[in-house]
Amino acid sequence: MNARSFAALACALFLCCLPARAHKPSDSYLTLRLDGERIEARWDIALRDLDFAIGVDGDGDGRLTWNEIRARHDAIAAYALARLQVDSELGACALSPQGEQLIEQHGDGAYTVLRLQGRCTARPARLTVTYRLFADTDAQHRGLLGVDSGGAMRSAILGGDRPRQVVELAWRTAGQEFLAYLRHGVWHIWIGFDHILFLVSLLLPAVVVRQGRAWNGVAGLRVAGVDVLKTVTAFTLAHSVTLTLAALGVLALPSRWVETAIAASVVVAALNNVLPVVQRRRWLAAFLFGLVHGFGFAGVLAELGLPRDALALALLGFNAGVELGQLAIVAVVLPLAFALRDTRLYRRVLLPGGSVAIALVACAWLAERAFDWQLPPPFGAA
Amino acid sequence: MKHRPFWLSWPACWLALVAFSCAAAPYRPQSGSEVVTTVPLRAEAPELAQLRRRLAASPYDLDTALALARRYIALGRAETDPRYFGHAQAALAPWWPRADAPPAVRLLRAMLLQSGHQFGAALADLEAVTISQPANAQAWLTQAVVQSVRGDAEGATASCARLAPLTDQLAAFTCLAAAGVNTARIVPAERLLEATLARSDGSPSELRVWALTVLAEMAARRGAADVAEQRFRAALVLAPRDSYLLGAYADFLLDARRPVDVLALLREQGRIDALLLRSALALRQVGERTALAAARDELQARFDAAARRGDRVHLREEARFTLHLQGDAGAALALAKQNWQVQKELADLRLLLEAGLAARDARATQAALDWIGRNGTQDVQLAALVRQAKARQ
Repeated sequence: MNARSFAALACALFLCCLPARAHKPSDSYLTLRLDGERIEARWDIALRDLDFAIGVDGDGDGRLTWNEIRARHDAIAAYALARLQVDSELGACALSPQGEQLIEQHGDGAYTVLRLQGRCTARPARLTVTYRLFADTDAQHRGLLGVDSGGAMRSAILGGDRPRQVVELAWRTAGQEFLAYLRHGVWHIWIGFDHILFLVSLLLPAVVVRQGRAWNGVAGLRVAGVDVLKTVTAFTLAHSVTLTLAALGVLALPSRWVETAIAASVVVAALNNVLPVVQRRRWLAAFLFGLVHGFGFAGVLAELGLPRDALALALLGFNAGVELGQLAIVAVVLPLAFALRDTRLYRRVLLPGGSVAIALVACAWLAERAFDWQLPPPFGAA
Repeated sequence: MKHRPFWLSWPACWLALVAFSCAAAPYRPQSGSEVVTTVPLRAEAPELAQLRRRLAASPYDLDTALALARRYIALGRAETDPRYFGHAQAALAPWWPRADAPPAVRLLRAMLLQSGHQFGAALADLEAVTISQPANAQAWLTQAVVQSVRGDAEGATASCARLAPLTDQLAAFTCLAAAGVNTARIVPAERLLEATLARSDGSPSELRVWALTVLAEMAARRGAADVAEQRFRAALVLAPRDSYLLGAYADFLLDARRPVDVLALLREQGRIDALLLRSALALRQVGERTALAAARDELQARFDAAARRGDRVHLREEARFTLHLQGDAGAALALAKQNWQVQKELADLRLLLEAGLAARDARATQAALDWIGRNGTQDVQLAALVRQAKARQ
């Protein structure tokens, strides 16, 4: 490497590793999320602007420490909230701070992240946002507003000579709401490796029947189909019940127990194919374990958040999505297994070997979830 | 959510990281003494703080408001940091929306409008100030600069002529030279300015920097690289952080295919968008793909941020970025045409021609050629593009 290319590389590395903070005009980022009449907001405000307006740098050394910032959290919230007004067509929507402010790095430096919550008197059709943050210290400051009410995202630029903006809200129709949760349900099955493996463990033996110590292929697709239908229906019924109960807040279990039990269910279902205990009544096992998986689905739904005014629809959509996801797996696995059922490969290798492999993976999850271990990526499910 | 396969979650995380490299999730600093960010030092500017306090106590005190706004405009220019322009505008708030604002306010308002590329509104203010205060040198000078940017060489020359009896001879001659830089008058103007600069030892440093920069650009235009280099370097000794000068010198180095020198020159200037763009162009010449990708993402993020707040001050840089770093000739031409509606300096002309050629748009190319023919614009880089355009006809 000659001196010239070395210099170039050195400069390039400098640029790569130290993306300089941009010099840009002042902006804040305000996102309002509406769920019926309830509002949750996140407001990112540049610490540099706050320091200029109300002083954050306690010792005046030009370096803002977390302690200095924390000491001004109340002042920051009071200052900002006094300069923001959100009204619906029915009256004011009061906002108040929620939780501790965090830090976010944007292109031009660190911002404080102020979370707010509030409610309007009823589900609004439009919001009027009046914004005067930094109006008296920086006339070129703008508030970049995003409003999410489930349907299309609305945005507006606040401040300057347009401190007040009216935002027409786009709510999801019932059909869109149902479809959105349906997609979530399908997606969750698709990325939920443990549900897939549980189902596969139940499907693998459906195309064979145990005679003595050996497996024989079932006579027709009908026999296998009926068995699968019973199993999948039982699983579905069971997890629908617990999912609904948990989503409605009637029943609650700690997520670590649930996750551990789900891992255990996969181990048991897989091992049952190697050392059969339950054969004729696999549907019963599917039902019992389905109850556990339902709590797992409920955890996902809790993370997504359920719309208050379309709770039943969302639940139905999510459940239907989970069903569709399962049917897709059945549609792929069952014909394959049926076609291979009379081969030695299937009975001697795929069925026992696959089941053992599934059991091993699930054992790793079990250990991870039960003892909170961190396993390396090929085994870790998190 | 605990149960998610790693092979799906890792690519997703990675994509998210790439997409939001500047905006990861909100976090809680690990310790109370952790330095989260830095802010401009208050202690460095006690006068500024005093002026702020005085204005806060009496926001309608015109003299205090003017003094504070002038300080912020100077800071904004020195640091190339637009936040100071916002502070200046806030200081002038009581008079800002008024058509009958005092001339001193209108002059500062014109400067701020100019920095936001609202040249039409800026000229309206400047015209009013030069009518009511014909001896206001700053107003004539600012007017000449805005007229030059808009491609009005005649108007700019006339404004510079009004400047002559009011100020330093070097200022008037630099103004005239800059005004005529896109016309056939460029050669005699360079000689005159060079002679004037040689006789102006007592002129203020910022004026000499301006004269040297104009002279360097003139030499570069006629292909006298050694002379240009020498003048750029002389100017940099006087003003090592002048962002216009750094940009002009970087462009000269890029044309000379000296990217390593550009990277060294702009190493600490990445926060200024126009200079980061030059660094990225230099990285492209060097062939540094990784660093180029990072600079390109950063620039795109900054253009996006500007677009989100509705700013249009980046048109020239964005057109250049789109043409040379994104390789999208069609989009670049659209931007170059929009930019041409606002600014008509050599850089804008060259972009219009380059984008027109790249997009094979005969009308845009012809518009640029016509303009060059009308004004007698002289520049070696431009001449090469003109030859290329004429060969296609």
